[in-house]
Amino acid sequence: MALAEITHDGKQTFEPTTAMLRELVAHLAQNRTQLREEWVRRITEAQLLQAMTKDEIFAEATSVYDSYVEALETRTLETLTTYAQNLSERIIPRGVETHEVVGIVLLLRDVLARSLFAKYHTDSALLNHVLDAYEPAANAIAITVSVGFVRERERVIREQQEAIRELSTPVLQVRERLLILPIIGVIDPHRARQLTEQLLRAIRANRAKVVVIDITGVAAMDANVANHLVLTVESARLLGARVIVTGLSPEIAQTLVNIGVDLGKMNTVGDLQGGIEEAERLLGYKVMPVAEAQMA
Amino acid sequence: MEVPILKQGPYLIATIQSALTDKDIVQLRDALVEQVGKFRARGVIIDLTALDVMDSFATGMLQDMAHMVRLRGAETVIVGIQPDVAFAMVHMGLTLEGVTTALDLEEGLAHFECAGVPGRGG
Repeated sequence: MALAEITHDGKQTFEPTTAMLRELVAHLAQNRTQLREEWVRRITEAQLLQAMTKDEIFAEATSVYDSYVEALETRTLETLTTYAQNLSERIIPRGVETHEVVGIVLLLRDVLARSLFAKYHTDSALLNHVLDAYEPAANAIAITVSVGFVRERERVIREQQEAIRELSTPVLQVRERLLILPIIGVIDPHRARQLTEQLLRAIRANRAKVVVIDITGVAAMDANVANHLVLTVESARLLGARVIVTGLSPEIAQTLVNIGVDLGKMNTVGDLQGGIEEAERLLGYKVMPVAEAQMA
Repeated sequence: MEVPILKQGPYLIATIQSALTDKDIVQLRDALVEQVGKFRARGVIIDLTALDVMDSFATGMLQDMAHMVRLRGAETVIVGIQPDVAFAMVHMGLTLEGVTTALDLEEGLAHFECAGVPGRGG
């Protein structure tokens, strides 16, 4: 996106604007040290970025300032966009909030605007011209940085949601060829689908013969999800694995009977312990205390 | 494409390599049911690993095949159904009722070995 596109009154002001921008860049480059220090002072004063040390703020401020001037000079926002994304990646894990990022960008805008006032206040016509060039560019930059930050934040949130979803349906191997799938919490259709996918994939990957699905932690499920559970059990059978469902609450038992589940297809055991014992029996294991085994 | 039927000891193995037309399936059924008697096979394994879609006709045929093989004195195990295919099948109500399934060829053979399928002098 070129900054010239954002300038408001089109053709007539385009040429002067370019010239003004050039002058602006020169001014900012000349007063780099002083303006940068002023900006950092304002940031500290406003108590923004408290998660960072003073040196860090100064270092970041320098980079932002230079990118800012570069954006004005080259009239493209690409470098700044990349830098903003990079910056967001670094500061989000440290707990920097959206209002702080927006705040510092706006502060920089104010600092620069004031320095322009100070320089051109004697000639109000020229000042107007300079501001005409400066304001749209500054706003575009402020928007770019803020949007970059918010976008990065959203990306982090999406990633975390994905991670939570993955974690919420673990498929665990407890013995050779025996998997358990403990389900806790509410199962919505989306999660049910994900559960099935993960289970079927795990059966293939671990070459499981028996799977124990424990739904002790599920208080209730609607007919749809209950149906889905039955489908999952049958799909697993097509892959050659037997499924034992354990820990059915009275409500879920009722739901299953109401939807008319074929109990011949569904193997249920009271609790997880019973389920694992049944699974071991199916797999041909026998678990006994060592003392008893020695006597035998 | 005709499905090759391999003889491995007392077992027959039919590996389906690509999507089958209805005609191919009928042909496979006829060939299998005939060869079970000819080779005095104790077990039949049908391997569907390469299939990524199963329709109701094919499923019904497989089920019929298993029952016919049973009547001819051998057992059928269907192996290698992919997870996605399995879920799509049960969604359509195609559950291969009464047919033994196993994860893959190896599991299918192991099933015969340890299940001790009643053989004829095998």
